[in-house]
Amino acid sequence: MARGKRETQEINAGSMADIAFLLLVFFLVTTTMDSPLGLARRLPPPLDPNQPPPPPIRDRNVFVVLVNRNNQLLVEGEPTDISQLREKAKEFISNPDKKEDLPEFKMVDVPFFGETPVSKQVISLQNDNGTNYETYISVQNELAAAYRELRDEVSMRKFGISYTDLVERKDKTMIERAKAVKKIYPNRVSEAEPKNVGG
Amino acid sequence: MSKFRKDGKKDTPAVSTASLPDIVFMLLFFFMVTTVMREVDLKIQLTQPEATEVAKLKNKALVDYIYIGSPIDKAKFGSEPRIQLNDVFATTNDIGPYIESRRSEREEAEIPRLTTSLKVDSETKMGIVTKVKQELRKVQALKISYSTREGADITQ
Repeated sequence: MARGKRETQEINAGSMADIAFLLLVFFLVTTTMDSPLGLARRLPPPLDPNQPPPPPIRDRNVFVVLVNRNNQLLVEGEPTDISQLREKAKEFISNPDKKEDLPEFKMVDVPFFGETPVSKQVISLQNDNGTNYETYISVQNELAAAYRELRDEVSMRKFGISYTDLVERKDKTMIERAKAVKKIYPNRVSEAEPKNVGG
Repeated sequence: MSKFRKDGKKDTPAVSTASLPDIVFMLLFFFMVTTVMREVDLKIQLTQPEATEVAKLKNKALVDYIYIGSPIDKAKFGSEPRIQLNDVFATTNDIGPYIESRRSEREEAEIPRLTTSLKVDSETKMGIVTKVKQELRKVQALKISYSTREGADITQ
């Protein structure tokens, strides 16, 4: 009992690196770096049978896109290649020459812009049950691109910054501006209730 | 000048490995923070279509996934596109209960922010996708996202 004071033994930390490596390898293997990307859409609420059907929309305000089972497009009655869809949609949505057969305009009070003519456009997308998902997505993508390009243009003219950049900025005025631009070109892609378009 | 040793025999000092655990730990923490566990075991073939107008899904915790595609094990399940929820094949009738059960796991306030991500193989026909969308509408799961890869612009 004479030696009361004993040196506490040090724990060997040499294997710590090994343990850490083991964990590191585990996380390296299980990790997936991809952030989920996708086309965000909103589905229309379910149809209420008690509600009266909405008033019909004039033909000139509707841009009909049909996709058949052979993945061919019929845009406003004309067979169209998908690469031309964006341009056609842009011309329809903005109606730059105020043509008679393209959508009408309604004066809307938009912040930053004041009273602005906003076209009453609606894009109606109908696809067959046999349409490929890939085609469907590229049609959706082209229509979204048409809206985005028009918004970019109007935003560039007004604020000197594209809509895409506007959305990415997080400060308040930018969000307000983005909202205003969106009000001029609201995304109005409507999908028909499912039915066979044939083909 | 005897300060300077003339003989060229010098022992190169060993590189200290004492900081190695620190470096490894640093990497480890990085991967621990960024890692996301794979949600499910895919039982279907999934090649996502490409798109350019993609948006990032903001809050992964508020996303539910529905997988649609032809089964990988064709001998057992056939080649018709099937719906996969969690780890099992399902039918369109299972989508409503699936969404409801996912909702019951969340806070009430988060429910309107829930997004359903449709991960659909590009070869799939729209018929089954439309049916799934109709089911989602019935249970008011209206926020959806068509999962895509970022791809090249087809008009260029």
